[in-house]
Amino acid sequence: MKKGYKNWGPPLLLISPTIIVLGIFVYGLIGANISVSLSNRNSLVPATEFVGLDNYIALFGEERFIHSLQNLGIFTLFFIGGTMIFGFLWAWMLDKGVTAEGVFRSVFLFPMAISFVASGVVWRWLLNSAEGDRASGLNRVFENLGLDFLQNSWWNDPTWGMAAIALPAIWQLAGYVMALFLSGFRGIPEELREAARMDGATEWKLYRYVIFPQLSPVALSALIIVGHMSLKVFDLIMAITKSIYQTEVPATYLWVALTSNDYAKSATIATILLLFVAVVIVPYLIYTARAEKRQG
Amino acid sequence: MRKPLSIIAGAVALGLVLAGCSSTPSSDPDNADQVEVFTWWASGSEKVGLDALVTVFAEQNPDIEFINASVAGGAGSNAKAALASRLESNDPPDTFQAHAGAELTDYINAGQLQDLSSFYQENGLTDVFPESLIERITVDGAIYSVPSNIHRANVVWANTQVLEDAGIDPMAAPADIDAWLVDLKKLKDAGVETPLALGTEWTQMQLFENVLIADLGAEGYSGLWTGDTAWDDAGVETAIGHYGDLLEYTNSDFAGLDWDAATQIVLDGNAAYNVMGDWAESAFQQAGWTYDNEYTTWATPGTDGVFDFLADSFTLSVGAPHEAAAIDWLTTISSAEGQKAFNLAKGSIPARTDTVASDYPAYQQTAIKSFGEDTVVSSLAHGAAASIAWSGDISSAIGKFGADRDAASLLSGLVAAADKAQG
Repeated sequence: MKKGYKNWGPPLLLISPTIIVLGIFVYGLIGANISVSLSNRNSLVPATEFVGLDNYIALFGEERFIHSLQNLGIFTLFFIGGTMIFGFLWAWMLDKGVTAEGVFRSVFLFPMAISFVASGVVWRWLLNSAEGDRASGLNRVFENLGLDFLQNSWWNDPTWGMAAIALPAIWQLAGYVMALFLSGFRGIPEELREAARMDGATEWKLYRYVIFPQLSPVALSALIIVGHMSLKVFDLIMAITKSIYQTEVPATYLWVALTSNDYAKSATIATILLLFVAVVIVPYLIYTARAEKRQG
Repeated sequence: MRKPLSIIAGAVALGLVLAGCSSTPSSDPDNADQVEVFTWWASGSEKVGLDALVTVFAEQNPDIEFINASVAGGAGSNAKAALASRLESNDPPDTFQAHAGAELTDYINAGQLQDLSSFYQENGLTDVFPESLIERITVDGAIYSVPSNIHRANVVWANTQVLEDAGIDPMAAPADIDAWLVDLKKLKDAGVETPLALGTEWTQMQLFENVLIADLGAEGYSGLWTGDTAWDDAGVETAIGHYGDLLEYTNSDFAGLDWDAATQIVLDGNAAYNVMGDWAESAFQQAGWTYDNEYTTWATPGTDGVFDFLADSFTLSVGAPHEAAAIDWLTTISSAEGQKAFNLAKGSIPARTDTVASDYPAYQQTAIKSFGEDTVVSSLAHGAAASIAWSGDISSAIGKFGADRDAASLLSGLVAAADKAQG
């Protein structure tokens, strides 16, 4: 019986550097962050006492934080909706068969290679909200095309402004979602479609009962990936508008709190963001773990 | 078996930390002939100014080695983050740059700054700095920093051509905000769509503080920061009304423009006025415009006789490794030669009243004159009037107003911010 030490020792030894580094730099720092969020370290003065959830209660009582959550909500809605719709449409059209599919695939996928900051600088100009004589970017294009009625204030709109910020994000990531869906389409065996057609399924029924169920794991992955990116959005907003009230989301608010030395508040926002992302990701991890078990 | 690996992991982690540190210039605590100066002046006219200061410093203190610990980027925000971590780990630079006034509150409360009152006495600075400036930078009887340069925030930059075309005399400043609104209306009626150029959140805050000064007067405005003037004062309400009226004459895309883009609208002739600090002077110089010819300036209507100041300043850290040399550095900064060298290069004006105005360009001469005669008040938008957290709250309330124009909500936001800060 060579069970025990010799059995679990070497594997543990192999992964221990990872465990230690992750333990310190990920989980240790998450712990440190949470402990700051529970302290009264609201300035450069070191923390003196444990204040429990006071920082969280104060934050949710702030009109400003609620506003940043609303902004995030609108952004996420349009970002996820836009990427899923365009990603699916493009993948569907490519799957239907087009000439030069590789060219289209690359064209749709290329924006993803650009960093949010770089594209943000360009979109800052494209989404310039000046109209009329001083118009630039998209508003100027509309004016030149005689489509003046399409000119609008983009992200400057008090209510739906965040939807305009979602435009560049959709432009960048719809191609990625398309690639996911396309691989999903390609993963469906032709025999399934043929069998369905043999059984007399209409095109709609074919999609509804054969294709969509096969695509749902892909759609879920896409949703999770885009969703968690959306919750963390920071660089795009900083590049387009800098940190101003109108386009404030929790991540940019965190940065403002940090640069004004309110460590407890920024740690609180960071913890809340982590929880949001966890709400999205943890069920997904559980789901995939179960699915693997079933298959295994 | 596990120990050696964890030691290796530890060594790797330590190596990373050391690699991170090696980029900072070496300051040796045992070598008294060094001074480490922390700034965010790493490029442009600010770098030129710092170099000029260092030259004067080297002449006055040939034995002391100057260690430049400047951190570039983010208009100082990168530097402030780096500074906070150095102060936190008890590794302070000898002296660091900070906006003069209330922005120092956090450092003072954390016990990170030394009182410089006796330094002011010994060098006679209390006599050469304007009395009202000394008042503004004194906290509970102590002074914590030495201003190196003064900027003025209540200046209207006007395009004379646009004004003349609308039949307005560009050289005569309106007496108050109401008179100014009349001129703005005249301009709009004459076809100038956006007579008042405005930019992003902090420029809105600066315009709002100008209106506050105009409607409350210097004393009432200064009282806002000490608690002597209530934020729900009728004057504040008037100011919010005036500010809302002014916004009606601005470019609609202001939230997305940095200050230089807003100033550019005046240069392009699409706006007549821009309220901006006097760093805007360089934009007009670069355009080749001459003062009182293509452009002119006056104090924002209603604020004549008031100098809305902001200043960069240098501090003395608690636990500074080279305290004597740091005091030499502060002496150079406050000296007439040091201030002249720096401000000629940076385009600002000295804090000293014994400045020879004729050494400076036309706009600066007017600023030097007002600085000597006017009542000095602290700028909100530039950290002199309120602590960082407080001005952040105000900025957010003003940004909200820019979007929804809800006067009641702005007033309650301002009152709440003051309650929180003065709590």
